[in-house]
Amino acid sequence: MATKLVDTPSGGESQRESVDSVVIRFAGDSGDGMQLTGTQFTQSTALMGNDLATFPDFPAEIRAPVGTTYGVSAFQINFASYDIMTPGDAPDVLVAMNPAALKVHLRDVPKGGTIVLNTDAFTNRNIAKAGFEANPLEDGTLDNYVTVEIDIQKMTLASVAGIGVTNKEAVRCKNMWALGLMCWMYDRDRQPTVDWIEQRFGKRAPEIAKANIAALNAGHAYGETAELPSGIPAYIVPKADVQPGVYRAVTGTEAVAWGLVTGAHKAGIPLFFGSYPITPASALLHNLSNLKQYGVTTFQAEDEIAAVCSAIGASFAGSIGVTSSSGPGVALKTEGITLAFAAELPLVIVNSQRGGPSTGLPTKTEQSDLYQAVYGRNADSPLPVVASCTAGDCFFAAIEAVRLAVTYMTPVILLTDGYLANAAEPWEIPDVDDVADFKIDFAAGSEEFHPFLRDEKTLARNWAVPGTPGLMHRIGGIEKSYDTGHISYDPENHHRMTKVRAAKVDGIADDIPLQEVAAGPSTGKLAVIGWGSTFGAINQAVERSLAAGLDVAHIHIRHIWPLPRNLGELLAGYDRILVPEMNNGQLITVLRDRFLVPAEGLNQISGLPFKVSDLEAAIRERLESQP
Amino acid sequence: MNVQTPVEQLKPADYASDQEVRWCPGCGDYAIVKSVQRTMAELQLAPENSVFISGIGCAARFPYYMATYGFHTIHGRAPAIATGTKLANPELDIWVVMGDGDCLSIGGNHTLHALRRNVDIQMLLFNNEIYGLTKGQYSPTSRLGTRSPSTPQGSIDAPVNATVFALGAGARFVARSVDTNQKHLPVMLKRAHAHRGASFVEIIQNCIVYNDGAFSGWTDKAAAADSQIQVEHGKKLVFGKDGDKGLRLDPATLSLEVVTIGENGIGEDDILVHDETNRLLANLLGSMEHPEFPVAIGVLYCDPAETYDAAVHRQIGETLEKTPPTDLNTMLRRGRTWTVAPG
Ligand SMILES: Cc1ncc(C[n+]2csc(CCOP(=O)(O)OP(=O)(O)O)c2C)c(N)n1
Ligand code: SF4
Ligand SMILES: [Mg+2]
Repeated sequence: MATKLVDTPSGGESQRESVDSVVIRFAGDSGDGMQLTGTQFTQSTALMGNDLATFPDFPAEIRAPVGTTYGVSAFQINFASYDIMTPGDAPDVLVAMNPAALKVHLRDVPKGGTIVLNTDAFTNRNIAKAGFEANPLEDGTLDNYVTVEIDIQKMTLASVAGIGVTNKEAVRCKNMWALGLMCWMYDRDRQPTVDWIEQRFGKRAPEIAKANIAALNAGHAYGETAELPSGIPAYIVPKADVQPGVYRAVTGTEAVAWGLVTGAHKAGIPLFFGSYPITPASALLHNLSNLKQYGVTTFQAEDEIAAVCSAIGASFAGSIGVTSSSGPGVALKTEGITLAFAAELPLVIVNSQRGGPSTGLPTKTEQSDLYQAVYGRNADSPLPVVASCTAGDCFFAAIEAVRLAVTYMTPVILLTDGYLANAAEPWEIPDVDDVADFKIDFAAGSEEFHPFLRDEKTLARNWAVPGTPGLMHRIGGIEKSYDTGHISYDPENHHRMTKVRAAKVDGIADDIPLQEVAAGPSTGKLAVIGWGSTFGAINQAVERSLAAGLDVAHIHIRHIWPLPRNLGELLAGYDRILVPEMNNGQLITVLRDRFLVPAEGLNQISGLPFKVSDLEAAIRERLESQP
Repeated sequence: MNVQTPVEQLKPADYASDQEVRWCPGCGDYAIVKSVQRTMAELQLAPENSVFISGIGCAARFPYYMATYGFHTIHGRAPAIATGTKLANPELDIWVVMGDGDCLSIGGNHTLHALRRNVDIQMLLFNNEIYGLTKGQYSPTSRLGTRSPSTPQGSIDAPVNATVFALGAGARFVARSVDTNQKHLPVMLKRAHAHRGASFVEIIQNCIVYNDGAFSGWTDKAAAADSQIQVEHGKKLVFGKDGDKGLRLDPATLSLEVVTIGENGIGEDDILVHDETNRLLANLLGSMEHPEFPVAIGVLYCDPAETYDAAVHRQIGETLEKTPPTDLNTMLRRGRTWTVAPG
């Protein structure tokens, strides 16, 4: 039986203070279920019609020792009654389930911010483990904050008493208790979470489901019965005024998966996905493995080399081969990618970038594989590179990657990053019928066939798949004759083929949209040029600067290679160019190289997304200083 | 009324491409390509349905000489590419051609996994115990002490035995033959082709330029009868000019020994009978090395099971049955959605 919650009216809406936007950060031990708490809070917030953005931030260790700072897992959500684009710079409310979580996140909470503390976890041992010299609840550390101190563990245990769960199971419900309290504080509906709990545990472990729901309700009731000390008001965040339509919450990973499936359908061919697990790319393999009914074959290969090779083999057979990884894995795929480039087979390589080099910061986000995507191959092997800029955009960027791959018979690199992969945003679900088809015409028996006959316009070679009578042919990595498609070591032919391959990729610039200005004027004092997941932060910073009367524009580049035809001209229209990147300066090199513009970098390499306020300050600083 | 036009019989030459073959004169690869073309003609395999996928090396040039579909890929990766091709179109008849460096050095990992997964492809290893294309360095199958440009004092790392490696990887079909044995090799190729699943065939191949005569001690006509044993399922493991030598299992040490029938009280009944479904026996036979033992040629092991490609498509089929596909708009709207009404 599904549980339906009936809220007894209490507290009264009149007592709730209306705020336009709130940033909440849930932080606790990896085992405390903070990601789950955040995700559930996100679901209800989305259903309540707020605009939102989230930022899950988890440790690299799967089960770090309990109570350590490096085992702290956090989930931040920013929700508002207006259009927001980032998970927020600083939390208004921090929910800290233990001292380590407080230790790690306190520095981000502005003075006057609210901190909800689970006092039960503040034992001497935990306090010491977290690196506090004294109990922060007592030594004045929190004097400048509004604290809400609750023994969440005790409350949780009381709320599940008699349900028949073990003590361990009961303790594990404390995240639901905290969620319940936050739902009360911000007037969120608990029903979606109740539904989710029942779906997850209902059949398998009805007691666990009951206990979780009881804890959720108890947390809510705690707020409702005004057990909270005075001075902690309840809030209401009105609905955002968003475009009418059907919405869902989406992460970049889900959107890439659906985009790839949609792209393959638009091309009229099956999708083959070969991959080897790596954070944060694995989720794409998981997602696609659950979409087999849509013409998807997934293959977990023995390594990244086999992953890209299997995808190439599938493209050879007439599927769209796709492989995915993050930087280290993409490095391993390089030789395979150049094979696909030389053999001119379609292939999509999705790179969910993470902090590097080497293993780097596996769970943190970064944009440091742009060089790898644009330049990182042996020989003259230019490839189209597309970078998605929001979770929702991942859907369209993936379709675009498939379109370019099959239309131009080339590997295409699709860049996302750890932030896009994990962060959720409300997404107005598009109508797939609005996306134009790009159906493949495989070569069929004809007198004139050879595998390197090219389309005059796109310069793409024709694609004949094994199984087609009369078109038997051999391809491979050795240079082929422009005229016959056979092996050729002829010097002029190699020169010509290299030029043709480059011209083919360059020509894609005629088949992509001209660069638009995302915000601000199309000429002026300062242009902020971004790419990838920094879109939201840059856009918001520029919008705010514009509102403050500053002369600044935001340009966000989605096609990193080839660049849009008008970009050079557009950039020439600004006095100064600022390029914020979550790397040590990569797009900036490309822009300087292509357009000889005096671009300046703003580089943050912390594994964390930009803060809007930092970008605003940088804009102001550039406008006030002399170049 | 339909008139049945007789389908024209394809001849071995019909499987040869118009490309000039560029192996060194006298290279064992010539004999192998002939054998493969002959086998395909005997089986009347459809050229448009046949695909040769290779890595890099002398052996890997193979696809260019076949009038079928072909993909000359990168060093060591042919099994991985073939896996993708087979999964994308299980109807295709795929042959993978590899050199010993290709298959067991740079590509050892992919060979291992294609075999254990049991992808339905024929994997031909041209084992010349040397790196031919890069001019003669020793390979992972080179015998200890092999002098080569990179091992002037002789190689010091123990070689891998290809058939034993394949069996260890979980291969369900393992055979061995010799390039010049044109009676035997086509039979092995046919068996490999008939086998559903990954079939691994080690073809002993003479590199006349960099490792000439590496195998002549047991492949030369004069030596063959006494130094090779042709194994056949259900038949006694006998060999020798006079057919009087055989293999016996020493139960105390679980090892094979060579015995002569009629000597020391050995009778016919003491000789082992080959059972190609016996993995342990296959390991023992594959490990036999010249000159202590005769070298075993033939199908050492064959014990089919569900192929990987069949299993992948079985799961896809099960998914389709359980959760039929919707249109894509419905796919995007699965799960929790909400509607923002106008106004
Ligand atoms: C990535 C890479 N590494 C090295 C090479 C150079 N290479 C080409 S073939 C080969 C070895 C060839 O030996 P084998 O596989 O036994 O084939 P054979 O030529 O003997 O038939 C090597 C090392 C290459 N082409 N690619
Ligand atoms: S080098 Fe050896 S293996 Fe290569 S073609 Fe010449 S003889 Fe054959
Ligand atoms: Mg070799």
